[in-house]
Amino acid sequence: MRIALLALGIGLTLASTASKAATAYVSNEKDDSISVINLDSLEITDTLAVGMRPRGLLLSSDHKLLYICASDSDRVQVMDLASRKIVKELPSGADPEQFALHPNDRWLYISNEDDALATVVDTQTDEVLAQIDVGVEPEGMAVSPDGKWAVNTSETTNMLHWIDTSTQQLVDNTLVDQRPRFVEFDPDGTRLWASAEIGGTVTVIDVASRQVLKTLSFQIKGVHPDKVQPVGVRLSADGKLAFVALGPANHVAVLDAKTYEILDYLLVGRRVWHMAFTPDQKRLLTTNGVSGDVSVIDVDSLKVSKSIKVGRYPWGVVVTP
Amino acid sequence: MRLLSVYLLPCLFALLGMASASLADSSAPELQVRIGYLAYTPPSGPLLSNVIPEPEDAGRRGAELAIVDSNSTGRFLKHAYSLEVVERDDGASLVAAAEALHAQGVRLFVVNAPAATLKQLSARLGDSLLFNAGSADDSLRQSQCLGNVLHSLPSRAMLADALAQFLAVRKWTRWLLISGATADDQAYAAALRRAAKRFGLQIVAQKAWSFDNDQRRSAQAEMPLFTQTAEYDVVLVADERGDFGEYLPYQTWYPRPVAGTQGLTPTGWHKSVETFGAAQLQKRFEAHAQRWMNDRDFAAWIAVRSIASAVTRLRQADAAAIRQLALSDQLPLDGFKGRKLSYRPWNGQLRQPIPLVQPRALVSTSPQEGFLHPNSELDSLGYDAPEVSCQMTAAP
Repeated sequence: MRIALLALGIGLTLASTASKAATAYVSNEKDDSISVINLDSLEITDTLAVGMRPRGLLLSSDHKLLYICASDSDRVQVMDLASRKIVKELPSGADPEQFALHPNDRWLYISNEDDALATVVDTQTDEVLAQIDVGVEPEGMAVSPDGKWAVNTSETTNMLHWIDTSTQQLVDNTLVDQRPRFVEFDPDGTRLWASAEIGGTVTVIDVASRQVLKTLSFQIKGVHPDKVQPVGVRLSADGKLAFVALGPANHVAVLDAKTYEILDYLLVGRRVWHMAFTPDQKRLLTTNGVSGDVSVIDVDSLKVSKSIKVGRYPWGVVVTP
Repeated sequence: MRLLSVYLLPCLFALLGMASASLADSSAPELQVRIGYLAYTPPSGPLLSNVIPEPEDAGRRGAELAIVDSNSTGRFLKHAYSLEVVERDDGASLVAAAEALHAQGVRLFVVNAPAATLKQLSARLGDSLLFNAGSADDSLRQSQCLGNVLHSLPSRAMLADALAQFLAVRKWTRWLLISGATADDQAYAAALRRAAKRFGLQIVAQKAWSFDNDQRRSAQAEMPLFTQTAEYDVVLVADERGDFGEYLPYQTWYPRPVAGTQGLTPTGWHKSVETFGAAQLQKRFEAHAQRWMNDRDFAAWIAVRSIASAVTRLRQADAAAIRQLALSDQLPLDGFKGRKLSYRPWNGQLRQPIPLVQPRALVSTSPQEGFLHPNSELDSLGYDAPEVSCQMTAAP
């Protein structure tokens, strides 16, 4: 997510010098595994066994470590990507689903879905730094690029919870539409994008004032509005495009991130969850939970160029250079 | 074992309590939302299959959980929800107790009671908004709509249509219909007949279970002979109390499945519903009630959640305003059923997908793929606008 974008600068320089293919890691919620995709050949090169019900994934800023929310194992696992072995398990609180890493590369903010808590863990000392009471069914989590804010969504309370990272205290709440699932900061940290699955909307919020700038809704010809259920959101590193995964509508919406104009709807696999850019920003990968595959979107032409079969119920995806 | 671990999560609610204490502003809430929960469940009479009792607090536990859920939003908005529980052993004293609550200013009610009691409450609490979480009666949704009542429990017609769509998809088109003697059983059987006609299915034989047959034999032993009729693909049973229907599966003359009130059952909610975030609701409920969530619990839960969703939007708790918003298409509700839920403006029924379950598994969810509707496929279940002969115009 943000980390991937933040690391993009490094990623691009690495990619230009290294000949190694970029690699995607996809968590398979109902297979307890991670599928590894070679992004040159677009083929599965490995399937790694991990903890139970793996969902959220993220990378350390140096791309050496993969953090995995193993929801039903009640832990966050840390995989060394060189050896592809689990090297550590962090105390995450119960049922971790989504998380975000602070730019200091140490503080991991974790949603504990069953406990109405956000847990902050120091990834170096494995200490729990704080547990913060949030709304019921916390889900989405993002840390602002400047590291000042951690924002958590709660699916039943229907709010964004603003956590001041200097004090680890909840300081503000923003009401959004029903079942907010995911939050994503702009690359420059001025705006926050929050999807609401049942509300069918994406709310864009001004970070400085924490006021709503715009509420976006989506209409796809031939798809019933009830099936438009926004989940994952990704913004291109140049700040020009926004992509919104629309769940069981089986489409990804493409928007002009500045004017909010909807440019296109791209048909992908069934129940599209989350997305990740390749390091060169030329392709966007989507996980499609029900069809069990990953769609590859060509970002320049806005065409879906390929689908890759992975495990059962793919959920999260990250890409390393 | 899994259940045990769920029960060991009372910390959830302790934490929620702490959360409200630590996070709420010390000033009093700006909006108090009092909701009356009115329950009267008549005893079902003696049953042949009385081994596994039904929970006696069905409905109330769902409403209680929804209050906790709603206060999680409320504490940030300074809205405080509370439940006034009234449970009585007869309809008349329930109505009297409801009027007392009304005199105290309560105007929002969740009702878990038979249709006759609901009608009385609707008349006596005229300027209130009632949510029917207890009666599946079709006439309340078709010919005798109550202007101040919304229905969060699915009607019998919705259940029967949900089942019939699935049986049509499976091409189990020849039905043997067996019904019990109570008025509820007759109503369920009528809904099944309507569904069979709607979806082009054929009832090859109908039999009434009166159990005036040979009393020296058990019901199990009686069933093979009782079901010896023209050949059928499936046996449909209408036995809402669970008197004899439990003895039909595996005892039919032809080796055929059983569906309806027993066997493959359409219901508003069941333990086996887990997708679309339902697993989290199930866990919260089990931690709260120490048992599985059933359709009554869900109906009461979504009723309170409907009120809270409207109050969050409106920033006020006026019954007429909530009713108006609920009947517009501007109040999408999150019921963990894979789609947003909403109330039908023509009869106040909550549109919702219907799970088809057997005791330990989800078999399917209706509406089935391919049953189309000009506005919402969910409206292929139950009475659609042109089939309804009453008006919902009366405001509370």
